[in-house]
Amino acid sequence: MRLELRGITKRFGALVANDHIDLVVEPGEIHCLLGENGAGKSTLMNVLYGLYTADEGEILLDDAVQSFSGPGDAMAAGIGMVHQHFMLVPVFTVAENVMLGHEQVKGGGVLDLDAARARVREISARFGFHVDPDAVVEDLPVGVQQRVEIIKALSRDADVLVFDEPTAVLTPQETDELMGIMRQLRDDGAAIVFITHKLREVREVADKISVVRLGKIVGEASPTATDAELASLMVGRAVSLTVHKDAPVVAETGLTVDNLVVTSETGAVLVDDVSFDVRGGEVLVVAGVQGNGQTELTEALIGLQPNVTGSILLDGKELAGRSVREVLDAGVGFVPEDRTHDGLVGEFTIAENLMLDRADGPPFVRKGALQLAERDRFAREKVAEFDVRTQGIEAAVGRLSGGNQQKVVLARELSRDLRLFVAAQPTRGVDVGSIEFIHKRIVATRDAGVPVVVVSTELDEAVALADRIMVMYRGRVVGIVPATTPRDVLGLMMAGILPQDAEGGAA
Amino acid sequence: MTAGPDTEHEPTQDRWATALQEIASARWTVAVGAVVLAVLVGSVMIAFTDEGVQEASVYFFSRPSDTFAALGDAIGGAYSALFRGSVYNNRAETFAQAIRPLTETLNYATPLIAAGLGVAVAFRAGLFNIGGQGQMLLAAAAAGWVGFGVKGLPFPLHLLLALVAGIAAGAVWAGIAGLLKARTGAHEVIVTIMLNYVGFYLVFYMLSTPGLLRAPGSANPKTPPTAESAQLPHLVGERFTLHWGFVLALLAVVGVWWLLNRSSLGFQFRAVGQNPRAARVAGIDVPRATTIAMLFAGGLVGLAGASQVLGSVTNGFSSDIDAGIGFDAITVALLGGSGPWGVLAAGILFGAFKAGGSTMQVSEGVPDEIVLVVQSLIVLFIAAPPLVRAIFRLPHPGTRKRPGAGDRRRAAKKKEVTA
Repeated sequence: MRLELRGITKRFGALVANDHIDLVVEPGEIHCLLGENGAGKSTLMNVLYGLYTADEGEILLDDAVQSFSGPGDAMAAGIGMVHQHFMLVPVFTVAENVMLGHEQVKGGGVLDLDAARARVREISARFGFHVDPDAVVEDLPVGVQQRVEIIKALSRDADVLVFDEPTAVLTPQETDELMGIMRQLRDDGAAIVFITHKLREVREVADKISVVRLGKIVGEASPTATDAELASLMVGRAVSLTVHKDAPVVAETGLTVDNLVVTSETGAVLVDDVSFDVRGGEVLVVAGVQGNGQTELTEALIGLQPNVTGSILLDGKELAGRSVREVLDAGVGFVPEDRTHDGLVGEFTIAENLMLDRADGPPFVRKGALQLAERDRFAREKVAEFDVRTQGIEAAVGRLSGGNQQKVVLARELSRDLRLFVAAQPTRGVDVGSIEFIHKRIVATRDAGVPVVVVSTELDEAVALADRIMVMYRGRVVGIVPATTPRDVLGLMMAGILPQDAEGGAA
Repeated sequence: MTAGPDTEHEPTQDRWATALQEIASARWTVAVGAVVLAVLVGSVMIAFTDEGVQEASVYFFSRPSDTFAALGDAIGGAYSALFRGSVYNNRAETFAQAIRPLTETLNYATPLIAAGLGVAVAFRAGLFNIGGQGQMLLAAAAAGWVGFGVKGLPFPLHLLLALVAGIAAGAVWAGIAGLLKARTGAHEVIVTIMLNYVGFYLVFYMLSTPGLLRAPGSANPKTPPTAESAQLPHLVGERFTLHWGFVLALLAVVGVWWLLNRSSLGFQFRAVGQNPRAARVAGIDVPRATTIAMLFAGGLVGLAGASQVLGSVTNGFSSDIDAGIGFDAITVALLGGSGPWGVLAAGILFGAFKAGGSTMQVSEGVPDEIVLVVQSLIVLFIAAPPLVRAIFRLPHPGTRKRPGAGDRRRAAKKKEVTA
């Protein structure tokens, strides 16, 4: 089926999220929508999927104008969507999830599970998915869950498939498999819209590339375009994608973690006997697929995890078992993974957020009273230094873009006298322009002789920033390898394969 | 990673917290709208219950003007009586008598402001203090006990001691809930409600037991009168009931403003109230902030209780001394948007309702329960801001519902300009 969007315009109040967007996706074609966060890609797809109604413009399928009042209409018309956040019921089986929303019933209102099972098996066999219809979804690996989403869309005879940032949660291997599936679906005649901001993936599968910026299609590119060309189209200016850094000047002292074990309240082992050290002046990137203990590791470093054994020595001082306050006072800077929930108070102003972790002492508090003049002077200085794009220091942080929010967190954490800097997913949900800036600041911190620990699930980022890479899998350290390690080896390590075996396997 | 406006701000806190935030951040426009709506709905009720309107409506179709005239009489009469009873009595002979209602209003407003501040401080720290009743009763008992039980202290010292006792008792009673929340995670709503019962029966027990609070020789569960040396002096002369408690309440307003907006402690309260996770990550001791916030909250409610027994009800009190103020305080805090100045305004408004309600009943025959209905409607409308906004076509506070795309885009646009 041929999908055509004509002059789609969607406004939220004064803001134009989509500005007369024209897009044609032919059957048997993978059309890539490339753009920064907030460029309007998802809004456009939500219009297509009937979640929003366009203010202007029309959606055509095989040249027939459609009007969708909800996802149900879009599905019925043959549009399927694979969301970034899976829309699955975890405790249901694959078959139950697939039939959810258009349940077939036998006489007496009994669910016809057999029909659903057969449907899953049929689609699964056609594309080589290897999905068991009776498996409970929450027991499946993330990559397989995504296939369930795809089966769900296909089971409703979708001819137009939209993949909204599908690779965010996948290992590199799983990503490659997904690419294979997308090609297969394309060859089967589906029209595929692939939304992403990862350049490598785009060049790998796209037949056509449309770049979205500020709600408009700003250009088409061919899959043979270079990363730099695509990135500058996305951002609207030239972007340096590689991080420039000199050889590390490593100090003697730093962070030494020994036999660190973190257990949950229920007794599950989240971080399993992890040991490593980071010396001043080097960046250790903790790589791995999300959810393999990296979050808990950083939380343990900062004193947020209650059940920790082992030792965390910073310049010879024990940090394990200390309160967050004591850890911060020991000179640890921390950028949490989830900045909206853990890093910032959204309703607070930029100035207030900049003093959040120094709320009970100098320089912002004297004799129990806030030093507003000092705080505002500091805030103005940091806003300028970190290039936070805002109307003023009194703006609520919740209203800033992801990149600017992250700059506020970074400004706060880097403006103390640091002896260790821990940044978890520092560039997640951040636009390309800000990523560049954040990477520079991290490298500058390292060059100032501070030990730096960065958690990243993006291989590109890990390779670009790291002096050494520590790969975690299921709470354990798979290996600590130099940043020059080949990507495919790192990818295999992220799936739990030991480095020596991985090198053999990848060779 | 998506730019979808709805994905990034998913509710992660429980619904209580979300509701609390929504309520606490109510804009003054919504508050005013809610009051106007409540008064309008109140008018409808006055009209329905008014006999003149009922009689005229029987022959509505032959002479509709009668009905409308009766409507005007009923509603206009009721609200002008409310005004006469609460602000300025234009039928009085002397100026002193004419402004007596205003002093009455401020007198009623005093405990409402103090207790309202107590609830508001807790709100700002993310805590629902439903325990105003218990805190007031304990504070009244402590202040009262010092007020009549301690002998031989001279005037300002005795009063001061009684005030401190009341404030401390309120603080301790609320502090229990704060401590339990901080240490065990017990929900403060449940704990404060239960402490209301415990407090009520504890005070009732003390009132019934000779040698504790009960007046010697009295058959009723009532205390002896407060000693002169422990009474709050009259503020504008003996003829008016208004006492220095009102000034204390005003000082408390300023104090709470400073606490919330200018102090390190208040900053920590607000951080914990808005985003306890971020506060914790930033090294703020959340359990400590929770406990201290409840101590402050209880102390302010305690001030309300103390000001009652040391200023308004000095001839001995019984177990109804709280007079529902602990609960009205919640309304006051909500209407006041949990800010000190808002609480001051809301407290005076509710004081006016209390002062004017009886005049309305006496002179117009409108049941003074209508005032309670109006008060309740105010809360109802405050709790449904979208409804109020829709009715008055107020702009949507766009930042909370549609963050994401819009702001990022605006930022991106700016960036393009500067790039």
